[in-house]
Amino acid sequence: MATAAKIGIGSAINRVDGVEKVTGTARYAAEHPVENLLYGYIVEAAIAKGRIVSIDEEAARAVPGVVEVITHLNRPHVAWTDHSYQDELKIPGSPFRPLYDDRIQFSQQPIALVMAETFEAARYAASLVEVAYEAEAHNTDFEVAVGEKYVPKKKRSGYMAPKDRGDAAQAFADAPLKVSGDYRLPPEHHNPMEMFGSTVEWHDDGSITVHDKTQGSQVVQGYLASVFGFSKKKVRVLNPYVGGAFGSGLRPQHQVFLAVLAAKMLERSVRVTMTRNQMFSHAYRPQAIQSIALGAETTGKLTAIRNEATTSTSRYEDNMENVVTWGLMNYDCPNADAEYTVAQVDTATSADMRAPGAATGMTLFEIAIDEMAYEAKVDPLEFRLINYSPIDAMNGTPYTSKALREAFQEGAEAFGWSKRSAEARSMRDGKELVGWGCATGMWDAQFSKTSASAKLTANGHLEVACATSDIGTGSYTVMTLVAADTLGLPPEQITAKLGDSDLPTAPVEGGSWGAASSGAAVQLACQAVGKKLLKAAGKIAGAPLGEATIDDVLFEDGCIVLKDAPTVRVPFGDAMRAADLTQIEEEETAAPGFGDMWKGMHKSKNTHSAIFAEVKVDEELGVIRVTRIVDAVAAGRIINPKTARSQILGGVVMGMGMALHEETFPDHRLGRWMNHNFGEYHVPVHADIHDIQVIFVDEPDPEVTPLGVKGLGEIGIVGTAAAIANAIYHATGKRVRSLPITIDKILD
Amino acid sequence: MPTAVNTATYAAVPIGTVPTTLTINGETRTRAIEPWTTLLDLLREGEDLIGTKKGCDHGQCGACTVLIDERRINSCLKLAVTLDGADITTIEGLGQPGDLHPLQSAFCNHDAFQCGYCTPGQICSAQGLINEGKAKTRDEVRELMSGNLCRCGAYSNIVDAVLDVIGEQA
Ligand code: FES
Ligand code: FES
Repeated sequence: MATAAKIGIGSAINRVDGVEKVTGTARYAAEHPVENLLYGYIVEAAIAKGRIVSIDEEAARAVPGVVEVITHLNRPHVAWTDHSYQDELKIPGSPFRPLYDDRIQFSQQPIALVMAETFEAARYAASLVEVAYEAEAHNTDFEVAVGEKYVPKKKRSGYMAPKDRGDAAQAFADAPLKVSGDYRLPPEHHNPMEMFGSTVEWHDDGSITVHDKTQGSQVVQGYLASVFGFSKKKVRVLNPYVGGAFGSGLRPQHQVFLAVLAAKMLERSVRVTMTRNQMFSHAYRPQAIQSIALGAETTGKLTAIRNEATTSTSRYEDNMENVVTWGLMNYDCPNADAEYTVAQVDTATSADMRAPGAATGMTLFEIAIDEMAYEAKVDPLEFRLINYSPIDAMNGTPYTSKALREAFQEGAEAFGWSKRSAEARSMRDGKELVGWGCATGMWDAQFSKTSASAKLTANGHLEVACATSDIGTGSYTVMTLVAADTLGLPPEQITAKLGDSDLPTAPVEGGSWGAASSGAAVQLACQAVGKKLLKAAGKIAGAPLGEATIDDVLFEDGCIVLKDAPTVRVPFGDAMRAADLTQIEEEETAAPGFGDMWKGMHKSKNTHSAIFAEVKVDEELGVIRVTRIVDAVAAGRIINPKTARSQILGGVVMGMGMALHEETFPDHRLGRWMNHNFGEYHVPVHADIHDIQVIFVDEPDPEVTPLGVKGLGEIGIVGTAAAIANAIYHATGKRVRSLPITIDKILD
Repeated sequence: MPTAVNTATYAAVPIGTVPTTLTINGETRTRAIEPWTTLLDLLREGEDLIGTKKGCDHGQCGACTVLIDERRINSCLKLAVTLDGADITTIEGLGQPGDLHPLQSAFCNHDAFQCGYCTPGQICSAQGLINEGKAKTRDEVRELMSGNLCRCGAYSNIVDAVLDVIGEQA
């Protein structure tokens, strides 16, 4: 029997949730219709630090339709220990507790919630709430705060302390070639297109169903249970569609706290959505200063790396990132040292944003590397190859795989790098200066314990389920393809379910571990179903499969097929009927160490990329256009080349934002972000995006994760801004060490 | 048509309403609308037409783009009561699961989205662009779609999808 080409891992199929998204039928958190809904509108603190003296709600309460104004004075009981507010990220410190007391810890802190029958009434009434404050001196100026930088005593989980080697101070002092400088990244806000919102359905038995914008339904479920004293059974959290997050939804955000608080207090269903302005009140990528000193021989061989960085955190939590480790891991250099510290400002706690730590540390480091290449008069790509380390140079461990060399090769070829002229300001196109730059990207290949279930019904329909999230990452499609691959069913016969705290346990979606982890769990669950199917087939009269074990069969077109005699095929339905089964359901857990992963236990696990950028700069106006990007990515096995490419495109576009546009400006007198809207916080738009080419380098790696998948959510952004900055230098001869590279810095 | 869930609540608030006749996706009805309600909030909260998205509420992102009398417009910037007699098409009116509009199919085929939140706005905006008949080249499409932000960065795929459909119609 001729079979259609099998669709499975590696097939470039359309996103399985695509139709819902293009028809507007996908419902996001604030879009669930609920009878008798109340709307909440957040009132924010106008000062950065101090306390609330009084709140005058009279005018707000007089607005028709307003039912309550909730503040710290009249809120119901909530938990008081720090521990109760801790989430999966376990950031050391004392997590922010909304409406807890009269203390103001940051500007735009939520201090009241106006509840009304309509959104408009709530919004209007919120503008009438009068708050009197007693202000204290604040500091939001990071450049001042670094004067009191420190190494936090308690480290955040996942933090990797840098390991020094050799004598970097001496080697730098002795180096014939030296480069050193301070490199800066401003605060950036995630700004997913969907604003943070929650719809809470209040049920008569005191249970709640929460539609939340989050990267982890079970994280929010646990948080709400511990903060409000619900039993977990009474809290169900759903997030089947998430309109982007980029890290801002890793921790429960305050709108879900406020919505549940109101629902509990009023015993009604509630919706609370932040405004775009209020989206700047919480998570942001920490501001960073990185001091980098490099020493090299005249041949371009690195002899010293000194890498020091400080990032911003709040007064109440020590948010840490892995900023300084990347360059030490990636480059072969006998002497290296590094130090990482944080400094406190009076803002909300900074947060993970796409490739936290690496997008900052590796990107800025790659600008310094470019400077050293010029200093040594070596082509920047050649410089990276001279100092190439096949092993993790900081930890001294081999990688499970590192096809960065191949990435450089394939990327350079696609870009036409060999045609580059070495000198800065040596390439032109009409009145525009042309520049070509390159950089390396690097991220962790992670894996996290995850469970999934698979349910096959006799009509041949398979449902796979896992409480993971799809924040645009393609998780639905990944789960579908892995299931199709494992059980040999066409994707149309498979439903993937996710985004529901009732489903098998999964960690928060982030760090690029989603596809590797939920994919492995789905594969295990489907394999378990396969075993049951084979057993059921044994009940068929005449036993067509004989004594076949699971290794003797494969699953194809809804049939169990004998490997050695492919004409012997037992349809799933026949097997299930013979065993009197209407369905087979299995749940499995994929934990680290499973499969061939044990072989990689003591190895380093990373994704790499080689990014090439072309810019054109109008010298008179200082306008920069990124006309071409080639990003060659080595990230193990690619489950769906179509959605995978989109993930890299998305990372590259955000990297362009980092290079040219994105910066949140505080007004230090007010201690407040000033450009809290899309008119003034600039992100790349259609007109900014020209040609972006994505290449996936072949990199088989059975040791990194069970499916050989390394993850793609972050790697696209890491180093992109460096490639662009380096291209700008090549075009203009102007070295800009602080991102974003705006027109003023070019004309300066 | 999805059922309207909150219209009654809207009408219940005693701040006064204005009878306004709107045709939404082919259905003409006169509604009692409060003067402070934007078209966007009317669609989302009053009509349960949640395909029209709110990304900023300030005319800065394009997620709320709908077609009014075939022209693309940011529905967050329009008070609904000012639209008496208008003919409004939202993403739900362009096509539905099983009966996709060519732009919707092209977006699926080009993977022109990730999270999907900007997508209905992009599609309505692209239809408006096609109605205007101005954009023919990639550069023109990019320039004239720049009011629609996509934080997931699906821009190049969106332009591919739009060009596909423009090409088919040319
Ligand atoms: S919501 Fe209307 S333009 Fe952003
Ligand atoms: S697809 Fe997420 S914002 Fe465009």
